Amino acid sequence: MSSTNYGAHRLVVGAHYGFRDWLAQRVTAVVLAVYTLVLLGYFIWPGPLNYARWQALYAAQWMKLLSFVAVIALTYHVWVGVRDIWMDYIKSVSLRLSLQVLTIVWLVACAGWAVQVLWRT
Amino acid sequence: MPTVHTRKRPEFRNIHISQIAGYRLPLAGLVSILHRVSGALMFFLLPFTLWMLDTSLRSEQSYAQLAQFLGLWPVKLLLLVLFWALAHHLAAGVRHLVMDAFQTVSKEQGRKLAVATFAVSLLATAAFAAHLFVGA
Repeated sequence: MSSTNYGAHRLVVGAHYGFRDWLAQRVTAVVLAVYTLVLLGYFIWPGPLNYARWQALYAAQWMKLLSFVAVIALTYHVWVGVRDIWMDYIKSVSLRLSLQVLTIVWLVACAGWAVQVLWRT
Repeated sequence: MPTVHTRKRPEFRNIHISQIAGYRLPLAGLVSILHRVSGALMFFLLPFTLWMLDTSLRSEQSYAQLAQFLGLWPVKLLLLVLFWALAHHLAAGVRHLVMDAFQTVSKEQGRKLAVATFAVSLLATAAFAAHLFVGA
């Protein structure tokens, strides 16, 4: 590796390229796994599944915050994964860029929807 | 001095869709492509998932209406597909973390982890199917 890493000598490829996304994908995955296990715990816990219990779960502040963290993690996690899919299969640059922009817009909109549901409850 | 390449270097592309049927993937490869398929599936079903969350928390009546809707068998089938996607994606994801943490990347370890991944995701899906269709 050259000691000069700017201008014409700037390193544009290398093993660390994409490391941030690689790490983010794993960190967000752990958050989502924990959230999934919390929900699984609710569903297999003894007792009836009804509106009162379900509403009480989401009315609790800790659940709102945990869900909010999960929504942010999901947004980033899905972005990394779906971007990989577009990069692998869509060869046309204009179409790929359009799909990537649409994915971001769509994911941010979904996050907004989730936040609305969480704080309305 | 830039190097002049006289020989055309080989290019390795993704498997083309027309090659899929004749392509014999190892078990770990099957886990891998299904990891992608299950992720894409959940991405496309994200509006459905959010709609279920929204409807279930809106009011007691809309909760009851949703419960009734989810009881229809085509919807149960969709829920089963969604559950499989989550179970496979989660198990395959844990498999990645195990490979990262313990460097279990040999051919035999890859096969063992693939078997374990399918065992977890398919057993969980079977349990959910029994719950949905048999009421266990």
